[in-house]
This record gives sequence, C-alpha cells and structure tokens, in this order.
Amino acid sequence: MRYTKDHEWVALEHSQFSVGVTEYAAEQLGDVVFVELPEEGQRVEEGDEAVIIESVKAASEIVAPASGEIVEVNSDLEENPGLINEEPQGAGWIFRMVPDDPTDYDSFLDQDSYEMLIS
Amino acid sequence: MSDLKHTALYELHRQCGANMVPFAGYSMPLNYRSGPLKEHRATRESAGLFDVSHMGQILVRPRDGMIARTARNLESLMPVELENLPVGRQRYALLTTANGCIIDDLIVARWNEYFGLVVNAATKHSDTSHLQRSMGADSDVSLLNDRSMLALQGPKSHAVLRAALGSLPQMRFMEVCSLPSRFGELWIARSGYTGEDGFEISVPDAEAENLARALLDREDVTFVGLAARDSLRLEAGYSLYGADIDTTTTVVEAGLAWSVSKSRRAGGSKEGGFPGAELISRQMAEGPPRRMVGLLPHGRILVRAGHKLFADRDGSVQVGVVTSGGFGATVSHPVAMGYVDAGITSDTTLYFRARGKLQPLGITSRQFTKTNLHKG
Repeated sequence: MRYTKDHEWVALEHSQFSVGVTEYAAEQLGDVVFVELPEEGQRVEEGDEAVIIESVKAASEIVAPASGEIVEVNSDLEENPGLINEEPQGAGWIFRMVPDDPTDYDSFLDQDSYEMLIS
Repeated sequence: MSDLKHTALYELHRQCGANMVPFAGYSMPLNYRSGPLKEHRATRESAGLFDVSHMGQILVRPRDGMIARTARNLESLMPVELENLPVGRQRYALLTTANGCIIDDLIVARWNEYFGLVVNAATKHSDTSHLQRSMGADSDVSLLNDRSMLALQGPKSHAVLRAALGSLPQMRFMEVCSLPSRFGELWIARSGYTGEDGFEISVPDAEAENLARALLDREDVTFVGLAARDSLRLEAGYSLYGADIDTTTTVVEAGLAWSVSKSRRAGGSKEGGFPGAELISRQMAEGPPRRMVGLLPHGRILVRAGHKLFADRDGSVQVGVVTSGGFGATVSHPVAMGYVDAGITSDTTLYFRARGKLQPLGITSRQFTKTNLHKG
C-alpha cells in the first residue's frame, strides 16, 4: 500500500488502484455522515475532485490520485458512511480506478515517508 | 490557549479522551472517543451527561426581602411574568434590547427568597453587568463562581439520577428543587436543551467530579461533548445564542414570541414595560420582515451556518440565510434553521450553493424530532 500527501491510500492490484483515506485522515475528518461517490465509468484527471466526504465537522474532498477511469465504487458507504471511520483502510475503501499509467504507483509515498509526513 | 479557563471536570474530560476545544473562554470537550454521532444517539436512547459548568449561574436577591419588587425589576428587562411564577418553577426568558432584539436567552427559576438565572457562557459577564446596572439598589446580583453544572439528558436520566442520589423528589418539566446529598447541596431543575426529559444539576465545584463519576459509573450514561449538544438542540428546534439569535434578531422574527408571557402582551394586565415592547408588540400584530424556519435539504449534502438561501435555481435572488446547520443523527438527515424573508411561504423550494451547485431544500417545522419532556 502507498500513500499520497492528500492523506489517501492507494493499493495496486491487477493494474487497478483501490483508493481510500488513511487512518490519520479519518481521525481528522471526525464522524462521516455522507459520502458523495463518483459514477462508475467516470473519467478523472489527477488532482480532480472525485469524492465529497461530509463529516459532522466539514465537507472534504477526495482527489483522484492519478488520471484514469473510475471502475467501481464502494456502495456500502451509501448506507453506512461510518465505515470510513471504523475501517478506513479496509471496508471503508472508496473507489477503484484503472489508471492511465500504473507506474504512477511508484511516485506515491511509502509507509515510512507517509509516517514522516504526519508525525 | 493557556488563558482558557477550566471547569471542575477538566481532568475528568482528559481522562475520558475528550477532544478539548476553546469555547466561550473555556477549554471544553467537543466530543469523546466514541464521537458525536454515538453521543447524540445515546442521549436520545438512554442518557447523556454534559458538563455545562461554563454557563452562568446568577442569583438575584432582594436586599430588603421584598421579592415582589425584585420580580418587577426583572420584568422591566424581560417580557415574562415573574411576579406570579410559583416557588419551585422556572421559565424561559429573553433579555431584550430597546430594538426588540435579544441580549441573551436564559432560564429564570423562582426559589423561596430569590431568583436563580442560568445564562449563556459567552454572555454571563455582560448579563451580570446589565442586571447590576438595571436592577438598581433594591437587589443584589451575583454571578456564582463556586458551583458547577451538569446536565443529564435522555429517557433514562430520571432512573439514573434517582439511583445515583438514592432518592429524588417528584418533579415535572421546568420544576426546580434544592436537595441535600452526598455531593453537597444540589439545585436540580427538570429541564435541559436537547428535547429530551432530563435534569440540570448545580453542584458545588468540590463535588462536581464525584457526582459526574457517580453518574458515568452507570452503564446507561454516556459522556457527551459540545458537538452532540449542538446537534441535539438543533434537531429539537432550539435556538443557539450567538448563532440563531443575538442583538440583531428580534424576538418575533426569531420565532420566540411564544416566550412573551400573556400578561406582558398587548392587552395583557401588565402590557409592555420591557425594552423593545413597542416593536415586539407591533411585529406580533403585523408579522416580522423575516422569520426563523426549519430547513430540510432534499439531498444529503449538509447545509451549514452562513449558507445563503436563494429562491431561484440561478442563485441570483437571496431570500435568507442559514444560522445553524448540521447532521441530525436521530433523523439521519441534514437539518438546519435560518431566516427567510416575509412572503416566502412554507411550500417554497429554496436553494443553497455547495460543491459548485445549487442544492434544493424545503421549509419545515424547526422541530425535527418529537420532544420527550416530562410534563406529567
């Protein structure tokens, strides 16, 4: 698993990226009450707003970590947005995408670098 | 941060994992580890314990024992009937300005020999000065600095409090009593600001933590922070001073004309005689230029304080503003309140701008949840 400086995690599997928010980010967000998910099949450019997370505190945006196509969204979040607080790096995953360039993965932060960022 | 005041429960909050934030000059718990949603729901379903020690407890005593005169002096500052408020009862009241706006909202309790006021934290010093200036030499006005206040709210609060104290007198909503206890002399009111049955308990500072621990030891009780306190009162449709009401909002447009006692209204036995009486009376008769309404977004994007309200899909005609907004954890939907201009009828679809789009919302009753008060 890799991380971005926007506090998202990215997992690479079969040339797809799974994307969610880190535990650190989930803690900062506070109780999540609504997640506006992207459309499956939606084209995104790196840095585009892809998801809106509404927490009791504020609305926050999740940006696409790379350019590509959203191929799957976690529809469990519609009924249970609190999964982002409970298991941000597991059942609280947000979307899967096919990146234009899977080697973008190498540009993300590794665990140590991300922990340095948040320490 | 270092000049923030601490309540007597500060260490307990820290031990319970509170996220402490500055609020009205105090370091106060925003939420505990379980988070505001669980705290909110626990209050509605069981019982929540709130530290409200930052609020002001003011005693107003007649210097000469003539409490009727003290009542009349207080009545000259707020449009409520206090002379005939029975001993052991309390009433919601507003300190008004000459323009019919609101200096503060408060609760006035009639004790045997004095009146006890509970006022907002941010305004307690200015309220005390205002009262001292306005009440004249007949009355002694003192802001207490040696008592804490806990609120226990929710359907199980009566059973919990009775068990913790060993006994509890019969009390209905808005009744008060003084009770000697192993936590010192408690002043208990059956009231609160969540829409649930519950109690507000004034306790000597030295015993506050012991009382809080005795209540928290019961499994039905959850410690609740300011975030859930806000969402609970918003869902119940109660105004928050500083957000929904202040010195620029009139009593009538704030939807608080119900708190003006009958005897103080036009045609009443003690009509007027309080600051802003003329304007309040006129707005009660003719309607105010804007009014406070409940707002229910059609979608699930939250509308928050400060969002402008538009009557058209282009967002060019502003007709109001949101003063409180958030997530109603009991109704599981965004809820809000705010002001809309006169002439905007309750069937109008309004819009607020969020995420670059105009989001529709409807006008509703301010009361999003059914209240559950012990009116007995």
